Amino acid sequence: METLERIIAEHPFFAGLESYYTGLLTGCASNVRFPAGSYIFKEGEPANHFYLIRSGKVALELFPPHDRPITVETLEQGEVLGWSWLLPPYVWTFHGHATQETRAIALDGKCLRAKCEQNHDLGYEVWKRFAQLMVRRLHATRLQLLDIYAVK
Amino acid sequence: MTAMATLEAIPVANDPMLPQAYIVQHVDKETSDTFSITVDPEDGVQHCSFKPGQFSMLWVFGVGELPISISGDPAERGRLVYTVRSVGKATNSLVSRKPGDGIGVRGPFGTGWPLEIARGRDVIVVAGGIGLAPLRPVIYEVLQNREQYGRLVLLYGARSPGDVLYRKELATWARQRETQVLTTVDYGGLSWHGHVGVVTTLFKYARLHPSRSVAMICGPEIMMRFVTRELELQGLKREDIYVSMERNMKCGVGFCGHCQYGPHFICKDGPVFPYERIRPLLDKYEL
Repeated sequence: METLERIIAEHPFFAGLESYYTGLLTGCASNVRFPAGSYIFKEGEPANHFYLIRSGKVALELFPPHDRPITVETLEQGEVLGWSWLLPPYVWTFHGHATQETRAIALDGKCLRAKCEQNHDLGYEVWKRFAQLMVRRLHATRLQLLDIYAVK
Repeated sequence: MTAMATLEAIPVANDPMLPQAYIVQHVDKETSDTFSITVDPEDGVQHCSFKPGQFSMLWVFGVGELPISISGDPAERGRLVYTVRSVGKATNSLVSRKPGDGIGVRGPFGTGWPLEIARGRDVIVVAGGIGLAPLRPVIYEVLQNREQYGRLVLLYGARSPGDVLYRKELATWARQRETQVLTTVDYGGLSWHGHVGVVTTLFKYARLHPSRSVAMICGPEIMMRFVTRELELQGLKREDIYVSMERNMKCGVGFCGHCQYGPHFICKDGPVFPYERIRPLLDKYEL
């Protein structure tokens, strides 16, 4: 049977992390499952977790007033869902919609923030990975904004 | 230092300046503004074969001439298929042709995709928007000669679900052995259950073996810049990456200079280039 620690250690997001740190992360982790069509979180709600997606698909959605939701990105196996837990005011800025049944490891943000404050080496490892993730998604969003396939 | 790959333009069989008469067989609607037009030679003689990646100059009598990539099956000798986005007077007129109408065809012109180099290796095809059209012949070639190639990985990005080209074929290709097809759109809607995000976001889901792969890219130039960076990050060598460029081609044989791109003529030296050869020019926005 796969242990939580092994799943975390083998997830691409935490690739190369020393086992001591994966042990610390595991203390804040739990296995979760979301049925297809359910919302994992909604815009404006407190952001207390992030998720390592193991299978399924999650759409990040924005709801314009009086209009249909807009999917800005989808995330699948191997991806990380959510960084709002990392920065004040710790509030979700999108809806997280499981469009397929989704299995994930949930990491408790409050628990992890406290551990990062106590152990700055762990904090650096976590921040380093989230910074790379944020830059990658920022680049993708910039490219998306260019609307490169539109007729000019 | 490694030798820089070059691709040779294939000589045109007939007079390159003289349009050959072709008859429209059918025009198929691909999306709200994009159509595939199938033409056969008027004389019925199979004088036209092409290499995937080449283009023709299509003459709409009384309207004008357009450079359009060939998007059909290279195994169908004589028959030519073009996928055209209707964005102006000439393209509108072209896609409004009816079966039995005549058009003029010059070419095919230019270099093709490096299929000889790709034999025995994995083929990574990255396409954006209508850039899938000049790559479709590569997909046909690989799938029809499966034993000659390794895995086929197609990463395709479109603007919205309604802009996805060749939907049925994408589904068929995805079911073929040793083939991975990933499609994404920049803007999803409620009815779209696929991936949302730019084409570069697909790389994290692609099963690539960079050391034994050749990559072929076609799409808007800015997309190709991002994709080439991503391919390099994935571990592909620059010399294993090929891109198809687009400029305002007129004569098709490098005489008129309309499609000059730095020291190259896109019509004659391209449209397919080894990335290594074109890379210094891609960052020069003046070009």
